[in-house]
Amino acid sequence: MSDDKYSKYELVIGLEVHAQLSTKSKMYCGDSTEFGASPNTQVSPLSLGHPGTLPRVNKAAVAAAVKIGLAMDGEIREVNEFARKNYFYADLPKGYQITQDKTPICTNGFLKFEVNGEEKTVRIHRIHMEEDAGKSTHDLDPFFTLVDLNRAGVPLVEIVTEPDIRSSDEAYQYLTEVRKLVRFLEICDGNLEEGSMRCDANISIRKVGETILNTRVEVKNMNSIRNVKRAIEAEFIRQVDLVEEGGVVVQETRGFDANTGKTLGQRSKEFAHDYRYFPEPDLPPVVITDAYIQDVRANMPKLPKQLISEYVNHFGLPLYDATVITDDKDLAFYFNDLLKLTSNYKAASNWVLGPVKSFLNENGLEISQFVLKPQALADLIALIDSGKTNFSVASQKIFPEMIVAPAKSPLQIAEELNLLQNSDEGMIKELVAQVLSSMPAKVEEYKAGKKGLMGLFVGEVMKASKGKADPKVTNKLLNELLEN
Amino acid sequence: MDIDNGLVDRLAELSKLEFNADEKERIKGDLQKILNLVEKLNEVNVDGVEPLKYMNDDVNVLREDEVKGQVSKADALSNAPQRDSDYFKVPKVIKK
Repeated sequence: MSDDKYSKYELVIGLEVHAQLSTKSKMYCGDSTEFGASPNTQVSPLSLGHPGTLPRVNKAAVAAAVKIGLAMDGEIREVNEFARKNYFYADLPKGYQITQDKTPICTNGFLKFEVNGEEKTVRIHRIHMEEDAGKSTHDLDPFFTLVDLNRAGVPLVEIVTEPDIRSSDEAYQYLTEVRKLVRFLEICDGNLEEGSMRCDANISIRKVGETILNTRVEVKNMNSIRNVKRAIEAEFIRQVDLVEEGGVVVQETRGFDANTGKTLGQRSKEFAHDYRYFPEPDLPPVVITDAYIQDVRANMPKLPKQLISEYVNHFGLPLYDATVITDDKDLAFYFNDLLKLTSNYKAASNWVLGPVKSFLNENGLEISQFVLKPQALADLIALIDSGKTNFSVASQKIFPEMIVAPAKSPLQIAEELNLLQNSDEGMIKELVAQVLSSMPAKVEEYKAGKKGLMGLFVGEVMKASKGKADPKVTNKLLNELLEN
Repeated sequence: MDIDNGLVDRLAELSKLEFNADEKERIKGDLQKILNLVEKLNEVNVDGVEPLKYMNDDVNVLREDEVKGQVSKADALSNAPQRDSDYFKVPKVIKK
């Protein structure tokens, strides 16, 4: 059976992630890193590669690299040196990239996460600091390549895994987790589409049960996590087909074409690069002390794993709620603020995952663009808890009005729209009595065991009260009167 | 170490330069002389001597994360042999 040939093989994948650090200035000089500026306006003699310049390391970039290293449980190196990686290309005016060769700032980390219900651990081989290159555009001018050096020198961390990933799903989840981490740490905006996070995948196959590492192919040009997954799946099929037909996988770099869903050999030169690394003499070593590490650690925000455990164990929320909330850093931070303002944690979670999220989804907004502050939501929850309104009136009538007029309190809106519910037992009791006496036949049926009629009675009382009777009190009184 | 044609070709490729036969001969000679000069250093015994990477013992010479020292686009482009109003223009290169 020809389909079976694929089940004989497994994937062996290592991922390299480049994350652009969200610093204000570049890695080794003071040029701005702001995205979208006019070409060649964020440059200086250093990033232009002029002679006689001296690089200096950006403090904030070091702190960011330590943060991601700690978040991945890695060992932070004490003495960090820099090296020149030499290659000749127009978007690298110095002729070399300043990177860390032999002394990556972090080694031996790992990342644990769940894939299809099972726990997976991916070891992190190394994390190092380096700088980005400029941007070449090949299709703007018919005769020339155009170079913009705004990006030249923007700080990066490169995060390299061990070849521990065994499926496209694991790769997808790993990248999702890395993106979540850099976003929670606020060191990178994690946007693959815009290139602030980039991924190269080293992919090989082997027969199931083997432990050897076969020749790997490096796949580039994947501008979304989904495309990384697609590229891996395409490459698996290509390599298995090749080997099954008696071919050999050759070491090469391939690009992913999102339109065809296939990987393509790139017309790069066959010979291996020779980067001629040597120590960067212009940058004295960066020494990272234990005290510094403690300080960075103390100032790190809580990461998704910690938050999930807190939400579940301390606030008593379901694991599902905790997981969904921590998928998005800004949502989690919003929720943390909300938790400080209410003691009804489950209601807080219901609101955030229910009406708030649906509103954001329907309007294509992020939580950071949401007009209601956590305090407003806490006030609304308190209004429900006080019995003055209920969840359905609050979510359908008061909440939409609050979004229109965020300056008004929920109580004010409820008063203006005449929505405050009545929990005055005396008044409701009268209505209940009226309703029951108006439908004696139904009451008989109910007493004979047709308990489903309760909904009808409640509905009638609500109608008689013009929707303002507190449903909880109504239910309680109906029960009392019907049981007698 | 001997400089042969293969090495010159490799260096030319890495530095994106092209030489004709005459130039190649001349460069071979020059490179050989340079290497011979530097090889003199091999006569010194450096057992137990750490390589000198830096000119002093400074560590942690760091910058605050501040935007500083940029030049204007016009200045940036002014030394380029070829440019337009926004970009450096270089010979068309296929994508890396």
